[in-house]
Amino acid sequence: MNTIFALAGVVIKELYRRKDFYVLFVLTALITLAAGSVNFFHDAKIVRYVKDVCMLLIWVSSLLIAIVTTARQIPAERENRTIFPLLAKPVSRAQVLLGKFLGCWLATGIALLVFYAFFGVITGSREHQLPVLSYFQALWLQWMMLAIVIAMVLLGSIYFAAPSSTTTICFIVVVGILGIGGHLDSIALQQPQPFQFILYLVYFLIPHLEWFDLRDFVVYNLGVVNWLAVTLASLFAAAWAGIFLLFAWLGFRRKSLNT
Amino acid sequence: MKASPLLLLALLLTICFTLATRIEPRAAAWSRRDKSNNVFSVLFGDGRRLFANQFFTMADVYFHSGYYPSIFDKSGHESEVVAESHGHTDSPEDEKNEDFLGKPKDWIDAFGRNFRITKHTHLEHGNEREILPWLRLAADMDPQMIDTYTVGAFYLREHLNRPQEAEAFLREGLRNNPDSCEILFELGRVYYESDHDPDRARNVWQLAVQKFIKLPSQTQKDDRITFEAITVNLARLEENAGHLAQAVNWFQAAQAVSLAPGVLQKQIDDIKKKMAAPPPP
Repeated sequence: MNTIFALAGVVIKELYRRKDFYVLFVLTALITLAAGSVNFFHDAKIVRYVKDVCMLLIWVSSLLIAIVTTARQIPAERENRTIFPLLAKPVSRAQVLLGKFLGCWLATGIALLVFYAFFGVITGSREHQLPVLSYFQALWLQWMMLAIVIAMVLLGSIYFAAPSSTTTICFIVVVGILGIGGHLDSIALQQPQPFQFILYLVYFLIPHLEWFDLRDFVVYNLGVVNWLAVTLASLFAAAWAGIFLLFAWLGFRRKSLNT
Repeated sequence: MKASPLLLLALLLTICFTLATRIEPRAAAWSRRDKSNNVFSVLFGDGRRLFANQFFTMADVYFHSGYYPSIFDKSGHESEVVAESHGHTDSPEDEKNEDFLGKPKDWIDAFGRNFRITKHTHLEHGNEREILPWLRLAADMDPQMIDTYTVGAFYLREHLNRPQEAEAFLREGLRNNPDSCEILFELGRVYYESDHDPDRARNVWQLAVQKFIKLPSQTQKDDRITFEAITVNLARLEENAGHLAQAVNWFQAAQAVSLAPGVLQKQIDDIKKKMAAPPPP
């Protein structure tokens, strides 16, 4: 376990040494502050559109950080040939994979904490209230969703040729699932066979990332979601992350590391 | 021949400056974008109108606190921000029709509803202000979208008690749509119901009637509800002012286009009875 944490620590250090997070955070802050400074009908109490804009930016930024950071982990180690001295130590390939996963996941968790702290300051100053539990649920479920995404990208980085193709394909898949994943059953109903069967199959086989999106609850101040549902969704995320990591390990353990 | 880089740079800068002084006055006439004071028209040109409907829909989404059908949900959903501004309130039948989610189709759908907004609510207690940014943006995107002004003014006046802001918004709409009888009607409501100024309301509503009469006959047919609303309000204004004969005339004008002329006939009969009654000693 110490090996995995040591590997994860390196990934976290990489995140704060690179400029991706800072650029995205500054962009999010600037756009949110610019949106918040607009005066609509001289009413200073209007706040939900600012929350909406800020939450959207947090989602886009965290997805970008998670996907881009994860996609280059294994390919960079291979390209720089640092994977060989790493594996020459008493470190198994499974531990490398788990360390990379944990590092990326913890790193995005830290980034999320900073983003949500900023969000809390902005909304607290405008609304004069801070629904901590609601924000915690939104953060937690988003982080759990990112666990699935990171595991999926790690799997992609084993099989796809370059980090750029992994990033692009994973981003399209994630945005696709978030956008239409929950509606595939409705779409299937309108299709002839065999497309109907195929769409239904996809609907039941994909990780439903849209469950983890609690932006509406936060933006419209609708309170907290049932804790049992949050727990079950977290288990669902853990199971899917496990599945992706298992497939990634199956590919990585036999993969030739020469570039 | 070897040219000094500094001399080359100076030459290029001189050429650029000379060309700029020659072209700039003509370039100003090529595009009207730079003359606009609206950032969206500078950025998107006329393409901005494409976004206006989306922003108007966002106002409706906010009005329902996120309970809104997606493009994948079967629904005959109509904009309720518009419906409410026209005085329509939800009946139990409407509420039933707006349950676009229906029963869960499978366990994924059922579990997913824990993380979706599944309750039909409307903004109230002053929270209606949250729809205003989207209406403002919709108006900036498409200044010819009449509903944006009338709906925005309705919520400013009726729910947020800010008739001055409502009037300013309607005046802006009127500048962009000088022939709109809907905007004039809403402006009259601001004067009559909020400012309690029947004279200004009468003038504005009469102007609205004149604008309506000038519309093509097909548009008149389509907009007869607007005409009925204007004339009925004019009739009530005249009745309250004691001008009973004029009130009857306006009710009769409304009757000509009304879907329920019987209701208006009853009001006409009541006024006629008042007119026939002997004046108090």
